[in-house]
Amino acid sequence: MTKHVLTGGLIAGLVAGLFAVLLQLTFVVPLLLEGELYESGDRVHFGTGGPESIAGAPAIDGEMMRHAGTLAMSLVSWIGFALLLVVGFALAARAGHSVDARKGAIWGLAGFIAVALAPAMGLAPELPGTIAAELGARQIWWSATVVLTAGGLAAFAFGKGPVAVFAGAVAIALPHIVGAPTLDTYFGVSPPELSAHFAARVLAVSAAIWVFLGAVAGWLWARPAPT
Amino acid sequence: MTTRTQTAPMQTAGHAVPKGRDLAGLAFAAILGLGLIFVAGFSHSQTIHDVAHDQRHSMAFPCH
Repeated sequence: MTKHVLTGGLIAGLVAGLFAVLLQLTFVVPLLLEGELYESGDRVHFGTGGPESIAGAPAIDGEMMRHAGTLAMSLVSWIGFALLLVVGFALAARAGHSVDARKGAIWGLAGFIAVALAPAMGLAPELPGTIAAELGARQIWWSATVVLTAGGLAAFAFGKGPVAVFAGAVAIALPHIVGAPTLDTYFGVSPPELSAHFAARVLAVSAAIWVFLGAVAGWLWARPAPT
Repeated sequence: MTTRTQTAPMQTAGHAVPKGRDLAGLAFAAILGLGLIFVAGFSHSQTIHDVAHDQRHSMAFPCH
């Protein structure tokens, strides 16, 4: 069983990590590099006396070592998420719930909601150059939100009766009632269109990767374990 | 060999339902997964931060 979990998590994580880098280098990193032009001051919004600045991302092929680092860290984190997802499959199996590719995709969607969508409600995806509240406090709020949202979704999916539904709803709502750590000042130097586009793309790409991961992990999970 | 015949009816989707002794293995896998996510997403080490920078922003991990 442990071997099945570890192998499934490793393979699904590797495949999802490669898919993630493909999508992120295509859709997210160009906007990130464009944001860095404003972070460094090479471009200045409202800098010409009018409220406009040039749009357009720099070429992405200039820093291959940097993208290699992105690839490596993407594999590391998606293997991590894949392992947790497959541990979830195993715990569900203990409770008598089977998982296949289709159900795995639903699990992946839940992963997207817990790990990307819910934290983004308080801490929106940040372009480089964004100044935000103290890092440690944000990391704690982010982690607590992920755990509470995952727990709440699990209560919806597997809990019995109205009490489980109520407890799940409270868990999901709680971090947003408490509120994420924020500053009382805006410091943004990037055009709002660029920041908004970046945030939307991070979430959309994240949704695609999570569903893909869930489907691959579920498909692997449903295959017979080698004996 | 008797184990095989006994576990076969308990199989779900092609493999055995985990029993008590599997919980330790699941805990190991979960801790390994959390460790990897911590390194990629949360470590304050400057070197790891620099390598992971674009990936952290792309994943909407809190960065900087």
